[in-house]
Amino acid sequence: MPTISVGRDRLYAALGKSYSQEEFEDLCFSFGIELDDVTTEKAIVRKEKHLEDEVGDDDEEVIYKIEVPANRYDLLCLEGLAQALRVFCGFQEIPTYTLADVTKDAILKMHVKKETSQIRPYVVCAVLRGITFDKARYNSFIDLQDKLHQNICRRRTLVAIGTHDLDKLEGPFTYEALPPSSISFIPLKQERCFRADELMEFYKSDLKLKKFLHIIEGSPVFPVLYDHKRTVLSLPPIINGAHSAITLETKNVFIECTATDLTKAKIVLNTMVTTFSEYCENKFVVEPVEVIYSDGESHIYPDLSVYNMEVSLPYLSGLIGVSLKAEEVTKLLNKMQLHANQSASDSKQCSFVVSVPPSRSDILHPCDVMEDVAIAYGFNAIKDKAVIDNKGSKRLASSLTLLSLNEFSDLIRKEVALVGFTEVLTFILCSKKENFALLNRKDDKSKAIIIGNPRSSDFEAVRTSLMPGILKTVAHNKDHPKPIKIFEVGDIAILDDQKDVGAKNCRHLAALYCGANAGFEIIHGLVDRVMEKNGVSFVSPGDISGYYIEQSDEPEFLAGRQARIIYKGNQIGTFGIVHPEVLNNFDIPDPCSLVELNIESFL
Amino acid sequence: MGFEEMQTNNFVESSFWNFDALFQPQQHPARDSHDTFFLETPSTTNKLPEDYVQRVKQVHEAGGYGSRGYAYDWKREEADKNLLRTHTTAVSSRMLYQLAQKPFTPKKYFSIDRVFRNEAVDRTHLAEFHQIEGLVCDRGLTLCDLIGVLHDFFSRMGMTKLKFKPAYNPYTEPSMEIFSYHEGFKKWVEVGNSGMFRPEMLQPMGLPEDVQVIAWGLSLERPTMILYGIDNIRDLFGHKVDLGLMKKNPICRLGIE
Repeated sequence: MPTISVGRDRLYAALGKSYSQEEFEDLCFSFGIELDDVTTEKAIVRKEKHLEDEVGDDDEEVIYKIEVPANRYDLLCLEGLAQALRVFCGFQEIPTYTLADVTKDAILKMHVKKETSQIRPYVVCAVLRGITFDKARYNSFIDLQDKLHQNICRRRTLVAIGTHDLDKLEGPFTYEALPPSSISFIPLKQERCFRADELMEFYKSDLKLKKFLHIIEGSPVFPVLYDHKRTVLSLPPIINGAHSAITLETKNVFIECTATDLTKAKIVLNTMVTTFSEYCENKFVVEPVEVIYSDGESHIYPDLSVYNMEVSLPYLSGLIGVSLKAEEVTKLLNKMQLHANQSASDSKQCSFVVSVPPSRSDILHPCDVMEDVAIAYGFNAIKDKAVIDNKGSKRLASSLTLLSLNEFSDLIRKEVALVGFTEVLTFILCSKKENFALLNRKDDKSKAIIIGNPRSSDFEAVRTSLMPGILKTVAHNKDHPKPIKIFEVGDIAILDDQKDVGAKNCRHLAALYCGANAGFEIIHGLVDRVMEKNGVSFVSPGDISGYYIEQSDEPEFLAGRQARIIYKGNQIGTFGIVHPEVLNNFDIPDPCSLVELNIESFL
Repeated sequence: MGFEEMQTNNFVESSFWNFDALFQPQQHPARDSHDTFFLETPSTTNKLPEDYVQRVKQVHEAGGYGSRGYAYDWKREEADKNLLRTHTTAVSSRMLYQLAQKPFTPKKYFSIDRVFRNEAVDRTHLAEFHQIEGLVCDRGLTLCDLIGVLHDFFSRMGMTKLKFKPAYNPYTEPSMEIFSYHEGFKKWVEVGNSGMFRPEMLQPMGLPEDVQVIAWGLSLERPTMILYGIDNIRDLFGHKVDLGLMKKNPICRLGIE
């Protein structure tokens, strides 16, 4: 979930009301956001410099860090958040966003060249006229772009936003894709002119920008936006030009979003204009831009049309489980920024036409409208009803039907514990080394599931046996009084072509004895006991009616002190004295014996 | 009728069952390599139910069943990518799909098993942990029913004071985070997540339109740590546990009046 930082006092000013922290937390809770942290700008700096002990001044501006739902892009800045909360609390009517009335000739135009289809095919634009920035608003405008880039734009791969001082540019604009060597401009925060290919080299050492270079690096053409006088607006998704940079004095903002995903570009543009058009001379009015593709296709952006969705009252009440009246539903929806009109089409069934504003891209289906009704009604008010009616519990029977493999595993666990072994629960992920080399095993690549993107060597492979986890547990408990008797019943996983995903789990039992001597007979005794409790009798070699053991030759065990367990003619496991080299590899000073067997064959 | 345990012994899962079938868009951050363990071997899945895959593709791209969809190009290669399951809900999606292939009967399922996240590891987070999951699938279930079930479920673990916060989850709507009041800490603690599965998930499977699924999930480790006052998850789980302490632990009296 994304977290945004907003100044507490600015937020309360925007809400037109002050809250105690507890009251504000309650408001957040019922709306579905969370006050994650309360801090100050200076405290954040102190933390970065590890100077937490220094006491802050009382006059530092308090910052609220607020966690917002990942699909609510409209809440990613103070302006959007305050607007939503004002409407939720009934302090403000639902805003209506409109396009400024501009004639076909006067409308700003963006011409898209066909080469852009090779690299970043879409662009959408809008203009915020007569905007008034101050320091806080300006910072919020920049922060919003950052948050959008981080979230819906997937670190600028899907969409990149550029904002410009329109008064320093001259339309019509063009969106082109050109060889890097033919693009030159002065990028933001630089003094001199760079060629695009030089610039890519230059930014390789830039901590912030180097993460985005891969998006266009290696492409024969780079996307670039020009104005009528060939001034570069931006080289998306990397950097804007310095010439049209916005400042606190900027009055008219030109916004362009270039993209590989048109739907998301439109959402991003709508989020920018719906949140910041409240600072425009004509509040909530946005000036459109015409985007003209090389084939003559033309679109007007932003698309601020509302999406109408028909939702019936029985649908809403039926899913929430609370009976609701039509007027009540309308009021509840209004709190969530949704206009609702009772539709007259069907006389028998009450239904609504719900208008989803352009800021609410999260609403895809009537079930999203239903959720908004439930939120506005209050989950905890529904809770009170649920508890009083004791609904639900009558559906929750107490009986459980366990999976036979798990029920059987529990029975085996009890038996092994009764013999005096302590159960451990170890990790499924391990390093390749622990799974193979440290056990004296060779990796022939036919067995183990290998992770493609491990954060560290601890997560390179899925264990193919329980042995590494058991040995690591012993190594971490060297000081425990001897003997150590531990066991684990758990899943390993191996490659298997027969399965749809190409791998399968196997339920294993492993037990280890560690003491002054290796205790081979104790582990052998445990094998016999497990067989006895499974009603399997000891038979002579070759007989497939029970189990027998025969000499094995596994590298993790000492030669001549190990055996395989043959059950109904199939090998199900091995036991023996752990090879001294293996013990040494795991840093275990005392001798150990271990058994590991597949218990699925007993089912 | 009680809760049936789901067969969860399959750590390796395809992105399709883990994400796509759950109406989780392919650009969702959870599908990033920063959050999910993708596999080098076996890297892709060999088999998916093709007609169902088409319906899932359709609902992501263009919607249907009353939904607008996400309007993006859904890619089969993304769905084929294997991973270590990030939640047991991957198993729930398989179970519900199977259920939808027969004439409908109501079901209740549960599971407790291992899930994997490629996250930074610290005192309270590991790359693997256990998820407890419960779900009820029936005609005409409501949010009120879900809340009732959650009260019953959590009260059996001694958590009687609950409240619910609206949340976001791509496959449930409404989605609720569950908070329980902790008498010792004197504060509300998040103990789980819940919701009603979205129609965009259930209807492509072939479940009838009036069938709802209410579901909840929680980690096994977190409530256990709170219950026993353990502040480092490695003291509870993994090879760094102290065998001496384990042997001295009193028996679990949970549920004994």
